[in-house]
Amino acid sequence: MSMAQATRDPGVQTPLRRFVADFAESRVAMAGLAVFALVLGAALLAPLLSPQNPYDLNQLDIMDGRQPPMTKSLEGFVFWLGSDDQGRDMLSAIFYGLRTSLGVGAMSAVGALAIGMAAGLLAAYFGGRVESVVMRVVDIQLSFPSILVALILLAVLGQGTWKIILALICVQWAYYARTVRGTALVERRKEYIEAARCLALGHRRIVFRHLLPNCLPPLIVVVTVQVAHAIALEATLSFLGIGLPITEPSLGLLIANGFEYLLSGKYWISFFPGVALLVTIVSINLVGDQLRDVLNPRLQK
Amino acid sequence: MTVFVIRRLMQSGLVLFVMSLIVFFGVYAIGDPIEIFISPEADQIERERAKAALGLDRPVWAQYFAFLGAAFQGDLGRSFVFNMPAITLILQRMPATLELAVSALLLGIVVGLPLGMYAGYRPNSAGAKAILAGSILGFSLPTFWVGLMLIMVFAVNLGWLPSTGRGQTATYLGITSSLFTVDGLRHLAMPALNLALFKISLIIRLARAGMRENMLMDYVRFARAKGLPMRRVVFVHVFKNILIPIVTVIGLELGSTIAFAVVTESIFAWPGMGKLIIDSIQRLDRPVIVAYLCIIVFMFIVINLVVDILYSVLDPRVRLSEAKG
Amino acid sequence: MTAPTLVVEELRTWFHTRAGVVKAVDGVSFSVDRGRVMGLVGESGSGKSVTGFSIMGLVDPPGRIVSGRILFGGRDIAAMPEDELRHLRGRRIAMIFQDPMMTLNPVLRIDTQMIEAIRAHEDVSRDEARRRARDALGQVGIPSPDERLAAYPHQFSGGMRQRVAIAIALLNRAELIVADEPTTALDVTIQGQILFEMQRLARQTGTALLWITHDLSVVASLADEVCVMYAGRIVERGTVDDVLDRPAHPYTAGLIGSVPSRNLRGQPLQQIPGVMPSMLSLPAGCAFRTRCARADEACASEPAERGFGAGRVARCVHPLVEPVP
Ligand SMILES: Nc1ncnc2c1ncn2[C@@H]1O[C@H](COP(=O)(O)OP(=O)(O)O)[C@@H](O)[C@H]1O
Ligand code: SF4
Ligand SMILES: [Mg+2]
Repeated sequence: MSMAQATRDPGVQTPLRRFVADFAESRVAMAGLAVFALVLGAALLAPLLSPQNPYDLNQLDIMDGRQPPMTKSLEGFVFWLGSDDQGRDMLSAIFYGLRTSLGVGAMSAVGALAIGMAAGLLAAYFGGRVESVVMRVVDIQLSFPSILVALILLAVLGQGTWKIILALICVQWAYYARTVRGTALVERRKEYIEAARCLALGHRRIVFRHLLPNCLPPLIVVVTVQVAHAIALEATLSFLGIGLPITEPSLGLLIANGFEYLLSGKYWISFFPGVALLVTIVSINLVGDQLRDVLNPRLQK
Repeated sequence: MTVFVIRRLMQSGLVLFVMSLIVFFGVYAIGDPIEIFISPEADQIERERAKAALGLDRPVWAQYFAFLGAAFQGDLGRSFVFNMPAITLILQRMPATLELAVSALLLGIVVGLPLGMYAGYRPNSAGAKAILAGSILGFSLPTFWVGLMLIMVFAVNLGWLPSTGRGQTATYLGITSSLFTVDGLRHLAMPALNLALFKISLIIRLARAGMRENMLMDYVRFARAKGLPMRRVVFVHVFKNILIPIVTVIGLELGSTIAFAVVTESIFAWPGMGKLIIDSIQRLDRPVIVAYLCIIVFMFIVINLVVDILYSVLDPRVRLSEAKG
Repeated sequence: MTAPTLVVEELRTWFHTRAGVVKAVDGVSFSVDRGRVMGLVGESGSGKSVTGFSIMGLVDPPGRIVSGRILFGGRDIAAMPEDELRHLRGRRIAMIFQDPMMTLNPVLRIDTQMIEAIRAHEDVSRDEARRRARDALGQVGIPSPDERLAAYPHQFSGGMRQRVAIAIALLNRAELIVADEPTTALDVTIQGQILFEMQRLARQTGTALLWITHDLSVVASLADEVCVMYAGRIVERGTVDDVLDRPAHPYTAGLIGSVPSRNLRGQPLQQIPGVMPSMLSLPAGCAFRTRCARADEACASEPAERGFGAGRVARCVHPLVEPVP
């Protein structure tokens, strides 16, 4: 059924409503969404939720170091998830770590989205040389695994928060470019006819009123997949010691810090940040899987 | 076919060249390695001498051309840290990495293919659903954390397997590998499984999708209508059809497995080139970084080319149209 | 008179889908004698293929034969376990499918696909099987069969592929061949040749043919008897001459009226108005009610099967010819 029919027909919901209803059909996806909302809430409200500020050295007591989960700290609060070697409450560290991980993931996604979209639109709109150059670069880059691209860039750029964001952008932009161009190409064929009919239709209008809205559904899917990917990649790089600096401990760094204690049986320093990372990624992926099904035009009834 | 190969080779050469440019000049831009090697008390003369010894006193572009010229003769510079040719260093570590990557891929096939085929053959069974859930989890699990958990369970808690290093090697048919000794296998088990986790999930997905898609095809019904036993329909007719995309992906995955081995090697202290590159980045051992990246990009290009050719050998449709054209 | 090769009695094959029960075949009865050709005609979606697959025992879930009998060689196929069915398929009952582009496995050579069809049922040497495969190719008019055996399906044209499929159906001298619109995808001249050869074959070898088609003119030139199917039921059955010359059921008459060659030049074709209702929401009583010019209240209750002499039956309250009690 076309959208026009759907809005006229009183019994049928608006496209947005229908999208929400379709999405809600999967209970697993709704659970994923709920968990992700919790994760996001924990990250945003980290300072309010955390029993201590894990990076205020005045609040740390080395005597509290390496306490197993559920022990009471000298300060009087409980280390629900244990503490690390500095006497840092792991729960607080995880809340703050989520903040960093999600922040880096989101920022790199925004940057990659902007660059990829611009490149994809340029390629689709101008065609010819521009297109073949852009798409060749995209193809070549996509033939290399993300970690290798990130390694090269970090080897070249060195370490730092902005550098890793930049590296993540470089890893991801090609996916967005490819997606946008694919959809835009289809639209270009349709829109050129209309553009020829009423020449008053400016380029801007075509891009913003026609191309972008049509690129949106596949882009939303790519964003979820890529954000999950970026978070995992950042954690991996930070774990390897070539990602975020120690001053900004993401989940990956927390896990790396616990590595040496793992061998002596003090599992919690690595284990719980890893669980947080896993829960974050799984919840995003669950949402993404359902979005893919709902937004896939071929699967729509 | 030859035209195709030549075109691909030229393209690959270009990529390699651009890569070497980016890497070389980029790596040059990060900090001054001299600071690391020379004690802070060293005087100016000592510094200059060290610089000259390392070839760091010449202009960047001169260094690059010297590098390029040498590279064509198989010389990618000397490691600052190990004071030996970077290429020798990397080639020494390469067998360990290849052993790990190939074991991981094999594990991915051996575990993933049957599971995926089963999940596609009986898509509504409880087993299939469990397999699918497992593969979704396998995609989401961060490899490095799984590595830690493996160590925690199998090395620390159960004490079954050693947590670090490569075990004893033995030479068999001219290949030196830890696959041929019990100690070697014990050391290899966890890293290989860790690296294979993602591949298993991937192959499960591919095999499952291929199986489902192919089981609905007319040729399967026709094969059954001929009275063939189901095992022949599945293991000959369907298997041959799903094998083509899977072999292609597995081939392409070899490169990425080698790249992702950096993570596994770091966790399990596996003495391969992945651990070397991480150490080198941290120590700013520039020649090793540059050499590693050049070699791995080169390997990638070769692998992709081989896979392309393999693909056309496997699929008669491609093979014959290429042969004609 | 010997017993018929195939007797189908009150066959019901239903699909239990999420949207509801699709009664694709709902009480179908007919029989085919040795060396005779039975045409099964009807619009697309009327349940012809499902009837054919039921006879082959190839109905896959969510479909199931819910009741009825399919008697072949004194046994009931509908109640036969899978391993017995398998020995029947391809050996005593063969099937040819509609789309020759899809029925042969694209990645296996023709000889593989033919030899396996023989060796699945008989313990013969590969050479012997190969020789028989070659003879079968020659029999269906494929030039230089020896060379063609080593070819892949995509190296054949559509018509040649269908001949290969027919050759496979002939390999084991089946007693019954179910041909599901085998010529629909081919052009008219090739269609004519194949029809002619198949007819000759049936006469010579005594093979019974069930020929499924939506094209009445094919039935007219090929079949001895015909079943007209509508919405999962047989609405009229009889000899081709009787049914085509003096149809009793309005649907049969409508089909005849829409065949171009049967109309006078310049006259518009008389297409049956409307479309076949969804199998999920069939009207009560006569399913053709929604499109029939003769329909009235009496048609709202299930019309019984009535005889029209000489083995001819139809299900209609207001038939076009007088029933013979
Ligand atoms: N696998 C299936 N699941 C659900 N319905 C099916 C399936 N296969 C066939 N049908 C239904 O059975 C009916 C008859 O199909 P078919 O026998 O293929 O028709 P024909 O061969 O006469 O064109 C159709 O309405 C079709 O929708
Ligand atoms: S029973 Fe009635 S509706 Fe059905 S075909 Fe006969 S006249 Fe038409
Ligand atoms: Mg059909």
